[in-house]
Amino acid sequence: MLSDRSPLSLRLAAIGGLLFLHLPILLIFLYAFTTEERSFQFPPPGLTTQWFTTAWFDRPDIWPPLYLSLKVAAIATSLALILGTLVAGAMTRAAFFGREQISLLILLPIALPGVITGMALRSAFGVLDIPFSTWTIILGHATFCIVIVYNNAVARLRRLSGGIMEASADLGANAFQTFRHVLLPNMGSALLAGGMLAFALSFDEVIVTIFTAGSGSGAKTLPIWMLDELIRPRQRPVTNVVAIVVFAATFLPILAAYYLTRGGSETAGMGK
Amino acid sequence: MTASAILPERGLADRLTAVFWRRPRLLLALLLTPPLLWLGVVYLGSLAALLLQSFYSIDEFSGVVKEEFTLKTYGELFRPSNFDILVRTVTMAALVTLACAVLAFPIAYFAARYAKGHWKAAFYLGVMLPLWSSYLVKVYAWKLILAKEGIIGWAAEQTHTSWIISGLLSIPGLEGSSLSTSPIGTFMVFVYIWLPYMILPMQAALERVPNSMLEASADLGATRAQTFRTVVLPLALPGVIAGSIFTFSLTLGDYIIPQIIGNSANFIGMAVYQLQGTAGNIPLAAAFAVVPIGIMLVYLALARRMGAFDAL
Repeated sequence: MLSDRSPLSLRLAAIGGLLFLHLPILLIFLYAFTTEERSFQFPPPGLTTQWFTTAWFDRPDIWPPLYLSLKVAAIATSLALILGTLVAGAMTRAAFFGREQISLLILLPIALPGVITGMALRSAFGVLDIPFSTWTIILGHATFCIVIVYNNAVARLRRLSGGIMEASADLGANAFQTFRHVLLPNMGSALLAGGMLAFALSFDEVIVTIFTAGSGSGAKTLPIWMLDELIRPRQRPVTNVVAIVVFAATFLPILAAYYLTRGGSETAGMGK
Repeated sequence: MTASAILPERGLADRLTAVFWRRPRLLLALLLTPPLLWLGVVYLGSLAALLLQSFYSIDEFSGVVKEEFTLKTYGELFRPSNFDILVRTVTMAALVTLACAVLAFPIAYFAARYAKGHWKAAFYLGVMLPLWSSYLVKVYAWKLILAKEGIIGWAAEQTHTSWIISGLLSIPGLEGSSLSTSPIGTFMVFVYIWLPYMILPMQAALERVPNSMLEASADLGATRAQTFRTVVLPLALPGVIAGSIFTFSLTLGDYIIPQIIGNSANFIGMAVYQLQGTAGNIPLAAAFAVVPIGIMLVYLALARRMGAFDAL
């Protein structure tokens, strides 16, 4: 007998699993309001909102990493948008020699563990005597962001009928007009979704960044700042306040990306 | 005025369009050159540099890197202290993968087969959001949870089950003053962080199991357990293997989690990080980094043979 109702045990296990995935994050929010700053005492002995003002006014060390992270994520995302769209455009065209290899090459930076990408970039900078700078961080981030944009763009292009491009050409548009007036409007939301995911990924990335940032004080992205606070904590609730900001900066783009591409067969975010 | 079937060219853009039309390969080459240059030079070039460095060695007295080909650095990986790191990391990756598979299955199965409409969207977002939300924030959340004075300790005290935790923490090899300084904690956090990577491919594979097959199995007299074992599980296997590629590879390369949670025993990623940083032994760091690449290549070859790539 095949019933459409799920067994109770399965339902409980599935919902339990989802709760397991979400409840830990809620604790970050709770601990941002605790009055205890030296330990992670649960339940918090008291609640206060002072840490938000402390983070805003009394901790100047938060701002430079925040600006750096925003700058890196913005530039890396722009680069990835251009490069990812170009590859996607090429890959939806007819089969050509080396197509499989290219799709593997695009996937590789995200398929191999981050420590390898990081270590590889670091060895290359070492071999070529390239000094660490903001640009070495961006170089690394753009490399693994390409695949995110590519995945979104290629899925949309595949769904798009080739007929509209031919129709556009028949009506007298040249390749650039077709791109501007036909292709771009049709790909807009997919590119926006891909860009948002790439931004979220870059803003939050720490594993590769540590290898490509060097040790200078101007090379601290927000995740590296957070990592330092985790290893040498001071004013722990302030770290929670920053964690909420980082969480929001990654959570909101993915939610937006989901709504932008919902309904198609290519909902964003399937392959991180 | 003469009517022509062919529109006149209006400038450079039109002429270029005509060139692209006559020579589609040219357009293809133009599209591919910038990204391939980037990935080829920046990424493959870096991997080549990594491989190259791993064949150098370091002079033990002066600490200077000797730039001549040698296998000595790879030999050092087999020193007991280094080999321990490899074994520990691979064991952890295998255990984490198993635990993820067990935990992910009910979620993926429910979402693929029973969840409809709003529930389906809720499950989709419910897996997607933890997957994408900040990695460090998630690790930090577990530091709060596992701390001695944290929520697990509190819950155990309230329910008078603290003896279970202290029992676990006194098992040889798993010792620690609290869960957050024990390998148990490291394991739990790994499982938590990589779980969504297992659920998604599993769900994709399960969604492709046709209902008619389950009905046929039931018609032929199979019990639920039999159907599950002989029909669902074999069909879901490629998805499980696809998911295990992620959980295994990500655990092999991670160095943040064992650094923050656990007894600071070394893992491959941590060894790479420390060797390139304070120790300045880039050749050995590179050799360590090549190990996960080798393991993953073997793993991918096996996975491909079992059809896991169709489930990605």
